Amino acid sequence: MEKILLEMQSITKEFPGVRALDNVTFQVREGEIHALVGENGAGKSTLMNVLSGWYPHGSYEGKIIYDGNECKFFNLKDSEKVGIVIIHQELGLIPYLSIAENMFLGNETAHKVGPLEVIDWNECHNKAIMMLNRVGLDENPETLVKDIGVGKQQMVEIARALAKNVRLLIMDEPTASLNDADSQRLLQMVQGMKEHGITCIIISHKLNEVEEIADAITVIRDGATIETLYKGIDEITQSRIIKDMVGREMTDQYPKRVPKIGQIGFEVRDWNVYHPLYEGRKVIDNVSFNVRKGEIVGFAGLMGSGRTELAMSIFGKAYGKDISGKIIKDGKEVEFRNIADAINQGVMYLTEDRKGAGLNLIDDIRHNITIANLQAISDRSVINENEEIKVANEYRKRLNIRSTGILQPTGTLSGGNQQKVMLSRGLFSDPDVLILDEPTRGIDVGSKYEIYTFMNQLVEEGKCLIFISSEMPELLGMCDRVYVLNEGRIISELKGSEITQERIMDDILTDTRKRAKNGANSKSNENEN
Amino acid sequence: MEQTAKVTKTKINFRQYGMIIALVILALFFFVTTNGRFGKPMNVYNIIMQNGYVLVLAIGMLLPILTGSIDLSVGSVVAVVSAFAGVMMYNWGMPVWITIIICIISGIIIGLWQGFWIAMVNMPPFIATLGGMLIFRGLTLVILQGKTLAPLPSSYVQISSGYVKDYIGNLFGIKSSLNITTIVVAIIFCILILIGQLNSRKQKLKYGFEVSSVGSVFLKTAIISAAILLVFWRLALYKGIPYVLLIVGVLALFYNFILTKTTLGRHIYAVGGNAKAAELSGIDIRRVKYIIYINMAFMSAVAGIVFSARLNSASPLAGQGFEMDAIAACYLGGASASGGIGTITGALVGGLIMGILNNGMSLMGISSDVQQIVKGLVVIFAVAFDILSKNKSSR
Repeated sequence: MEKILLEMQSITKEFPGVRALDNVTFQVREGEIHALVGENGAGKSTLMNVLSGWYPHGSYEGKIIYDGNECKFFNLKDSEKVGIVIIHQELGLIPYLSIAENMFLGNETAHKVGPLEVIDWNECHNKAIMMLNRVGLDENPETLVKDIGVGKQQMVEIARALAKNVRLLIMDEPTASLNDADSQRLLQMVQGMKEHGITCIIISHKLNEVEEIADAITVIRDGATIETLYKGIDEITQSRIIKDMVGREMTDQYPKRVPKIGQIGFEVRDWNVYHPLYEGRKVIDNVSFNVRKGEIVGFAGLMGSGRTELAMSIFGKAYGKDISGKIIKDGKEVEFRNIADAINQGVMYLTEDRKGAGLNLIDDIRHNITIANLQAISDRSVINENEEIKVANEYRKRLNIRSTGILQPTGTLSGGNQQKVMLSRGLFSDPDVLILDEPTRGIDVGSKYEIYTFMNQLVEEGKCLIFISSEMPELLGMCDRVYVLNEGRIISELKGSEITQERIMDDILTDTRKRAKNGANSKSNENEN
Repeated sequence: MEQTAKVTKTKINFRQYGMIIALVILALFFFVTTNGRFGKPMNVYNIIMQNGYVLVLAIGMLLPILTGSIDLSVGSVVAVVSAFAGVMMYNWGMPVWITIIICIISGIIIGLWQGFWIAMVNMPPFIATLGGMLIFRGLTLVILQGKTLAPLPSSYVQISSGYVKDYIGNLFGIKSSLNITTIVVAIIFCILILIGQLNSRKQKLKYGFEVSSVGSVFLKTAIISAAILLVFWRLALYKGIPYVLLIVGVLALFYNFILTKTTLGRHIYAVGGNAKAAELSGIDIRRVKYIIYINMAFMSAVAGIVFSARLNSASPLAGQGFEMDAIAACYLGGASASGGIGTITGALVGGLIMGILNNGMSLMGISSDVQQIVKGLVVIFAVAFDILSKNKSSR
């Protein structure tokens, strides 16, 4: 355990105008799980990219000593040769290839036939099954990757790393897109690998997970190492880590608010939605809920429970088909024919998929803020650009968007600041009802706090806020009321002290069990008939 | 507050400025190598005549390119519209003005057809317009039955070879080798630019933004004016302002306005930058696509009229490969193949670079096969230079 496997000495990496890493030192002992934490933009990913050879030797200063030797990696292949494998945050699997094909991509078992390399698929499949067994995944290696869930895909990624004879596995936010159950499985898996002598570096924002599984934790802030904590030697607490990360004491993760709850401002009744592609598959089943003015209402549930689908189907039928049900806003029944209609009538939805469906990453902050409500700054379809600059500057200041100015492309912002641009867009469309879908996913603690504070301000202005989140602590911390969804239905409504993590999980599990039983019953009934 | 619009331009249009410099260097190069023949008034006139239709198509093509796709049917639409024009005037003896109106309307109908498949059926534009390319080329052959119809009425031919007569010179009875009207128009144009610049500066001041000094506004206007005056002076020494230049100029100003100042323009850029995000911002993507492809066919019809007028005939082989010229012009002018980036000025500069290459090399006596190779290499090197300089700054 005490042998040092990896040592990165005084790593300095500069980009034009920014010093991303400043004299960073990082040590990993053989066979440990080492967590790397820090706010977005602190330099974690850059450090790992230096290690993996993504930034070639010579483009940074400092030394990498691995297994006793100084290493000079010029590309990913070089580092993989000595057993360093990196799994990126965005999954690197190709959806239309099979598990086995993905697993051995670029690493195929092949025979040389003349100038060609012919893949030995039998051998590949055998190996694939072996690796899948090691990660506890019981899937046919010929299954296409698109047909398995995100949790399983993450396991395939790990199996793929195993197939490369990994010694040091680096995982960037492996649980960011997983639900609690899948996260637990993955973390157990990682702990199991320790026994096979595999060393692990995990980058994560989920401090409870880090606290649970890491043997050592290194905190990075502003491109510099703050400290490394060792389990059993140092006292590891979340508050200490947070303090290291943000550089100040965070007494409360959730800002306080005195609820001023008014009348029902938004109500949905008997809402049914069918899947856009699969004929007859009901995605939302008879859902009714309401939101009062000045209230934050949470939607809890596992991945695939239908929260996003519910929100999007309400938002001008952005999802699903054969939608039926009633929407009542301020006591009047309304209909949203399309998204523009919904926005005009004061409902705004901000997507969970910031990069994929939220921002125009090649355009600047200014245009991204105004795009959903251009008519507010236009005179008969002609945009008043000066007014636009004024508006963008106001929001940049109000939401504290850290950038070089409103003309910085949003693709170059950190996750937290991107989310603030999204929020600005939502607010500029002047909604009465704002639906936030995973607004804090993958962003750092400091920005989270700012976004929570902002949410509180909004409800204080009397707006209705719907808050979809997979992180239960933030639902507990922020919401006045929580609806629990499972398999497209609302299974319970929790208020005040009823909102606990245990209660939510318990409701979901009970419901799933009940449905499984009913499903089995109805099947056997069918058979009898 | 701390930034003005000036900063955006220097940042985003880096490649475009590079291309303007390249254009100037290229012009100087040909001026020297052809012993000044390149700069002769008649040659400047020719360059505009030869490239008018390509510039019209490049302006139209920028819109599909901004949404990340291309329209392959352009050349065939040019041909079929020319064929309509030829049949109506040559075979049926219809008046020129009715012919032009029917040609424009048929262009719009073609656009409705293609837009239907792309916007309503959600077909990839590449495939829908590939089909269009075959259909309209075939239709051209059917209509013309393989024959070339010529000549066309002289008033029709005027569209591409005519010019604005020296009304002002005649009015005041000035006898001069210079076309006075041309010079007056150029001066008025320069004054309008100056007023526009000062006005936008005044607006910015009203909002309390930081602005560039009056001196630099004058300097900028002076440089632009010098370029305009130079070209118009050459034209004034020959016949005057060609109608083609008027058509291209009006279209360029109009589409530049649409793309930079209106909500529709913003929607086009947004769809190209991230279609899903645009949709969730309430933009009707189908409507945007429909408009783009109707417009492209409309612009092809305009180009078809200009081109057949220039050829003074309707030929079954007209317009072959025009779509590629238009696409190359846009890419050369800084448009991104994945959408969301590109400007009208860029497309025009790209089109002019291709046109000047053609003209200059012909004057130098380089054969047309070699010209093709050179043009191909220019497109590849220009875009490669851009990609490499981008990579350098991001890594």
